Amino acid sequence: MVEIQSGIDEAIPPAETEDVELYHPKSWWTKYVFSQDAKVIAIQYSMTAISIGMVALVLSWLMRLQLAFPGTFTFIDAESYYQFITMHGMIMVIYLLTALFLGGFGNYLIPLMLGARDMVFPYANMLSYWLYLLAVLVLVASFFVPGGPTGAGWTLYPPQAVLSGTPGGQDWGIILMLVSLILFIIGFTMGGLNYVVTVLQGRTRGMTLMRMPLTIWGIFTATVMALLAFPALFVAAVMMLFDRLLGTSFFMPAIIEMGERLQHGGGSPILFQHLFWFFGHPEVYIVALPAFGIVSDLISTHARKNIFGYRMMVWAIVVIGALSFIVWAHHMYVSGMNPTFGFFFATTTLIIAVPTAIKVYNWVLTLWRGDIHLTLPMLFALGFIVTFVNGGLTGLFLGNVVVDVPLSDTMFVVAHFHMVMGVAPIMVIFGAIYHWYPKVTGRMLNETMGHIHFWITFLGAYAIFFPMHYLGLMGVPRRYHEMGETIFNPPSAQTLNIFITAMALAVGAAQMLFLFNLAWSLFKGKLAGGNPWRATTLEWQTPQTPPAHGNWGKELPIVYRWAYDYSVPGAAEDFIPQNQPAPDRLSRGALT
Amino acid sequence: MSAILIFMAGIAAIITWWMAQQRLTSKPWLEVGRAGDAPGRDGSSLAIEKIGLGVFLAVVGALFALFISAYFMRMDMADWWAVPVPKLLWVNTVALGLSSVALQWAKTEIREGHDEAVKMALLAALATAVLFLVGQVLAWRELVAAGYVLADNPANSFFYMITGMHGLHIIGGLVVLSRTTLRTWNGAVQQDKLRLSVELCAMYWHFMLFVWLILFALFAGWANDFIDICRQLLT
Amino acid sequence: MAVVVVLVVLAVGSVLFHLLSPWWWTPIASNWNYIDNTIIITFWITGIVFVAVVLFMAYCVLRFRHRPGSRAAYEPENRKLEWWLATVTAVGVVAMLTPGLFVWHQFVTVPDDATEVEVVGQQWLWSFRLPGSNGQLGTSEISSVAMDNSLGLNKNDANGLDDIIIEGGELHLPVGKPVKVLLRSIDVLHNFYVPEFRAKMDMVPGMVTYFWFTPTRTGTFEILCAELCGVGHPQMRGTVVIESEADYQAWLQEQPTFNQLTASGEAQAAN
Repeated sequence: MVEIQSGIDEAIPPAETEDVELYHPKSWWTKYVFSQDAKVIAIQYSMTAISIGMVALVLSWLMRLQLAFPGTFTFIDAESYYQFITMHGMIMVIYLLTALFLGGFGNYLIPLMLGARDMVFPYANMLSYWLYLLAVLVLVASFFVPGGPTGAGWTLYPPQAVLSGTPGGQDWGIILMLVSLILFIIGFTMGGLNYVVTVLQGRTRGMTLMRMPLTIWGIFTATVMALLAFPALFVAAVMMLFDRLLGTSFFMPAIIEMGERLQHGGGSPILFQHLFWFFGHPEVYIVALPAFGIVSDLISTHARKNIFGYRMMVWAIVVIGALSFIVWAHHMYVSGMNPTFGFFFATTTLIIAVPTAIKVYNWVLTLWRGDIHLTLPMLFALGFIVTFVNGGLTGLFLGNVVVDVPLSDTMFVVAHFHMVMGVAPIMVIFGAIYHWYPKVTGRMLNETMGHIHFWITFLGAYAIFFPMHYLGLMGVPRRYHEMGETIFNPPSAQTLNIFITAMALAVGAAQMLFLFNLAWSLFKGKLAGGNPWRATTLEWQTPQTPPAHGNWGKELPIVYRWAYDYSVPGAAEDFIPQNQPAPDRLSRGALT
Repeated sequence: MSAILIFMAGIAAIITWWMAQQRLTSKPWLEVGRAGDAPGRDGSSLAIEKIGLGVFLAVVGALFALFISAYFMRMDMADWWAVPVPKLLWVNTVALGLSSVALQWAKTEIREGHDEAVKMALLAALATAVLFLVGQVLAWRELVAAGYVLADNPANSFFYMITGMHGLHIIGGLVVLSRTTLRTWNGAVQQDKLRLSVELCAMYWHFMLFVWLILFALFAGWANDFIDICRQLLT
Repeated sequence: MAVVVVLVVLAVGSVLFHLLSPWWWTPIASNWNYIDNTIIITFWITGIVFVAVVLFMAYCVLRFRHRPGSRAAYEPENRKLEWWLATVTAVGVVAMLTPGLFVWHQFVTVPDDATEVEVVGQQWLWSFRLPGSNGQLGTSEISSVAMDNSLGLNKNDANGLDDIIIEGGELHLPVGKPVKVLLRSIDVLHNFYVPEFRAKMDMVPGMVTYFWFTPTRTGTFEILCAELCGVGHPQMRGTVVIESEADYQAWLQEQPTFNQLTASGEAQAAN
């Protein structure tokens, strides 16, 4: 059954020193600020994303305080509550998760894992970051303009998004939001071109597609999707700006607002929803696929076992990516669109469950008969599986059109998407940071702090979002800044709200410890060495740690094997790096 | 959303075709050593820049496909009054076409090494592209003078927005084209870099011409006839 | 070991929470118990999968955690197992989707004998319109909205003159009769949602959306807005009363028609 490649015994020529056109930094400014080195850009992206993410975290505290103790905090009125909810959602989905996975991990890992010296277009890569930063600054600016940021919800549905009944609708808020999104998309496109073309053309000798680590597969597929999906948000944002500023009626029907007839007429709010969700649903997978990829590598490395069913994992990523473009209207089952669409979109949506489930099975089957090291990355990976399975399964409720009818627009939806695209990917982000921090800085993160951080985050987040589903099941709608008296809701529901808030505060506090750990370990952490996890992938085989500009010294690595040669029978060590030539094919032949 | 779905189907076909050549069914754990299918750097032999531009054009294509999708969906509403297509657009189309032809000419000449002809061709391309933009602005003014202002009707709004977006892309291209043209006078620039530059400009120009032709067909109403035929076939 | 215990507690705890906690849906008051049944089926299938995956993980961690000298098995893939699992998953998905689509078909197929009732949303109150003696609702348009005609009825449409208008008051409906709810908004998106009816639908300015249901028990229920519609969103409440046919008819007689409202408006204006 073994088919050893015929070319195996060919003499392999040494990798020539590439004539690389890297722009080597000439001053402190071009080395650390206007750097074209993907690794520096990655750190810039990550730090900006985490900083703005902290703002979103604080906003979530304020919202939770309001929900648990309505009326107690006088500075949180309805208006500011809706502004918090909008900014929290928008920041978390786009400016934190998308930017961190693609701009942060993508930039750092793609060149290193593929054996490249840098991204293929370093200058555009640098511009990408600066446009992203500008987008973040425009977003932050909206907190300081008259009327404050927009309060339209992260979905920005017209017509309310541009009307005076919504905070920021007739002020600056919505304009700055849309401008910021447009800037983000232009910036992202510059970065995204880099990630895609680097994967296509920047791979080192021997790195075939099927030898790429799943991390790269996830980031690559997500980037392709993002490049094709973000234009939909771009188009929606431009059209809404026209409606808001120039008086057109793309999305604006005839409206009597507060007794006054507006100039608009004939437009279609549903058109906006189609455009928005044509972006919005792939966006879920733009966040999820890199997480899928990274967690596969974390599990494989820390269970010292090859990822189970690598081929199936690759195919599943690609199939999920493709299918996610034809399910968008499952966000619109009760939007008033033609109800017959429901049949089609419910079917496509539930079909996605199959490749997704295969991925879950393969993760747990990788654990099966593994040699599980319960390191921090592994703990976070386990946390990811639990929360992702939970959130993914509740997706089967919401995707199944008729079940969605009572549940949509309730707290069930809030709980579902937080579990599946909030908590689960963030678990992976934490696991990935604990995993790659030693490569980025040369030092390990502190373990004790890490364990406290893990347990509070994992259990706390589960305790926040699992019970929240039941609030939705009872009929509590989302986006209510206070529920008030209701006929159908038992008073004990408020107790549940207080419990959730307490958990949210604790989880938030644990993140402060994490940030402290990041800073503390930079100076006091244990020295890591080049390959502390004894991992196979190329980024752990660099001549220096942290890797220098150009990554590989004089010669590029040559790849001889796939990324998952862990615990190969007969091999001396329980891992064989991808660039290790000595073929242990005799023993492997004997095995199979 | 039909336009974007057709576009995405096209992209999916390209991706599938490419993936079919990547041996996605091979068993990588059995292939130790230098992978047999990996000549050189395992990538395409095309220049990195060309692939980059190709991916970028896919993004631009998605953008216009989405505008067109929105156009069709909005057109179904009751308040739609089509804009009459100004005669000037025909002239503009010819200008943009000539610009594309000039760049194609520059591409051939630079391969042959005829420096002077390259300069001529690039200047011609620049001039005709500028002519196109001026023509577009004149067409706008003509329409405004005739009372077709931006916010009056969604058809007007779409016309100005989409032609404006196309114009912005041409302006972006003009920046690069001007740079390339200037570099032909600078002897220090390597010939093969210059050649690549011209080829990239030509590629971009052909694509923007293609987009323009589709948009023109859209505004002239031919696209609607086509859609009607498709609908009849389906029902 | 802590990990194993936590994973088991988490799986078992989630199930216990589901079974024992007091937080569950409010008793149904419409014919959509099919929806409730589909949810129950989905809960069973997904619950089993969740518990199985988490417990399997706990077992793996317990059994295969690192000990000195231990080494992982080498198994790149197992096509048979993978296809088997994929098939079982597909069967589970079909088991949820089939009843779902079946019920959705019912949900979008309005019975012929359903009475039409119009609900109009605006920031931030509910208004209602019931057909008058001729049993038909008149047409409406946004340009007709005026002080004395807040729902924008077309005054030239004879069908509309006898329509019964309820501005900001309670909606009453007879028990046991199917209702087609026509939804309209004159300003922004809203969503007509009564938790006990299990159904909801967005109200979109510029178009009329709908859903149907049959009230199955009498009582007073709360209408909520379920689509963020501006700062007053949570305060946008209304009441629907389901009552016996006799009570309903008695209530109906007391309600003003469009004609009466316009007349009284004109009378006031004249004064």
